[in-house]
Amino acid sequence: MSAPPLASSFLQSTSFLDVLYIVAFALFIQGLRGLSGPTTAVRGNRIAGVGMAIAVIATLLNRNEGNWGLIVLGIALGTAVGVPAARQVKMTAMPQMVALFNGVGGGAVFLISWSEFRLTHGYQGVATYITIFSLFAAIVGSVSFWGSNIAFGKLQEIIPGRPISLGSSQQIVNLLLLILAVAAGVDIASGGTHSQGIFIVMLVCAALLGNAVVFPIGGADMPVVISMLNAFTGLSAAATGIALNNPALIVAGMIVGASGSILTNLMAVAMNRSIPAIIAGGFGGTGAVAGAEGAGAHAGTVKSTSAADAAIQLAYANRVVIVPGSGMAVAQAQHAVRELTKELEKRGVEVSYAIHPVAGRMPGHMNVLLAEADVPYDQLKEMEEANQEFGRTDVSLVIGANDVTNPAAKTNPASPIYGMPILEVNDSHSVIVIKRSMNPGFAGIENELYYDPKTAMLFGDAKSAVSEITAELSQL
Amino acid sequence: MILASVLTTNLAILVLAGFIGFVVISKVPNTLHTPLMSGTNAIHGIVLLGGLLIVGFSGNGTFNKIILVIAIAFGTINVVGGFLVTDRMLEMFKAKPKSGGDGDKGAKS
Repeated sequence: MSAPPLASSFLQSTSFLDVLYIVAFALFIQGLRGLSGPTTAVRGNRIAGVGMAIAVIATLLNRNEGNWGLIVLGIALGTAVGVPAARQVKMTAMPQMVALFNGVGGGAVFLISWSEFRLTHGYQGVATYITIFSLFAAIVGSVSFWGSNIAFGKLQEIIPGRPISLGSSQQIVNLLLLILAVAAGVDIASGGTHSQGIFIVMLVCAALLGNAVVFPIGGADMPVVISMLNAFTGLSAAATGIALNNPALIVAGMIVGASGSILTNLMAVAMNRSIPAIIAGGFGGTGAVAGAEGAGAHAGTVKSTSAADAAIQLAYANRVVIVPGSGMAVAQAQHAVRELTKELEKRGVEVSYAIHPVAGRMPGHMNVLLAEADVPYDQLKEMEEANQEFGRTDVSLVIGANDVTNPAAKTNPASPIYGMPILEVNDSHSVIVIKRSMNPGFAGIENELYYDPKTAMLFGDAKSAVSEITAELSQL
Repeated sequence: MILASVLTTNLAILVLAGFIGFVVISKVPNTLHTPLMSGTNAIHGIVLLGGLLIVGFSGNGTFNKIILVIAIAFGTINVVGGFLVTDRMLEMFKAKPKSGGDGDKGAKS
């Protein structure tokens, strides 16, 4: 094994400024530790930001090659796009923003690998392991870039949210694309070819794979997909770090990979779905066929209520738990819900919010929407905590949440959601459900909760229904 | 030999970072998972460094320059946008840490 020739010198940066990189990643870790609670989180994020500034400045000071104009241009472009987007994005649009940011991260990764390939004329004179990590980064980065863009399109409703797939051949196609991409990579890594054509074939296969994986995934499964793509981008960044021998990149990328993996697993568990099943696709569409047939098949009767009656019921409760779901987010009802809460608190009613991990379209999304509406942090209860308290709750007010409250998940082994962790709303003394109609939710499954004698349904748009209740309350 | 030890060192860093990541991220409550995701988005924007390191070697090739400028721009969007949007969200959570007394102080508008 001889020393690497000049061509790869930029892949082998060795500098005492590595110390600054170590400072930078220490700050990333310290910053993320701050995210363990709301009071330390703002500072934590800023600490991580300082780490990033140190890493960038150290890199700029350490480089002695030219092309400063290109660097200024790239940073100016990125700032011009990133700053207004971050400032103006609505909290309801946060999932697509995160998807988009995640996508550009993956894009940067595969473009960097491509440059490495071009500047070394096909990794000539580069150690094999560096080539392998660079190729890995290219494939995963490309999958992540395209997958995230499709996820963005679906969330933004540029592309239909329902699953779009090739049917039963989908998995074979996906597998084939993966094999092709990896085969092209192996060909390059083994020194079989230095042809850029093969590299581009690899990128294209990975791009198609990214599309093929996310297109068949329905709206309800989006939290899992976004988390998974987040993990992918992280891992590809870590691989770039090994290829460039840059410890800050390795650590930062790997931590993001860990974070994305934890969230993916958490979301999958909360939805009672296995990750392979989600990637295989075809589930979670907004209009599942089975659901349409199932609706109305239930023997029980549904009790309907009015805003006035609901207001009275709430006013005389000691303890009310609000269960918000995607219906609340879609109707932009979070501010109306906050007003209702204030009105109830004036009357001495104790109010809290029970949040299922998959309420909303990305992990933790519902909490952000409620925080934006000035709901205090300590009123937001995670599922485990909330479930211990439903037993002593007088009224549970379910707003646009469906499957996550379905007792069938605990009682009916034949149900597709059996085993899914739910908010045990049916333990409370009475339940009011605000819902547009009796249509089943994402998964197309009947909700037994609605036929429970202690449940009253208030049909209508979440926002106007909540506002009506608030108006009735203020007149009591 | 040297290359091999560089690789093993980097792999050790990779593995340790993975374990640290799992421990640290596990402590983040569900409530803060959206800011966690946008914050980690900002952190993986560190691939920006890759672009910064390589762009000096891009020579005269116009295409090399274009893809590296895009890579740097993408990385910058990640870093700048990610940290800003996370800050925005976290400020909302911080605004009223307690439901009682001092809540009015933090209230705007």
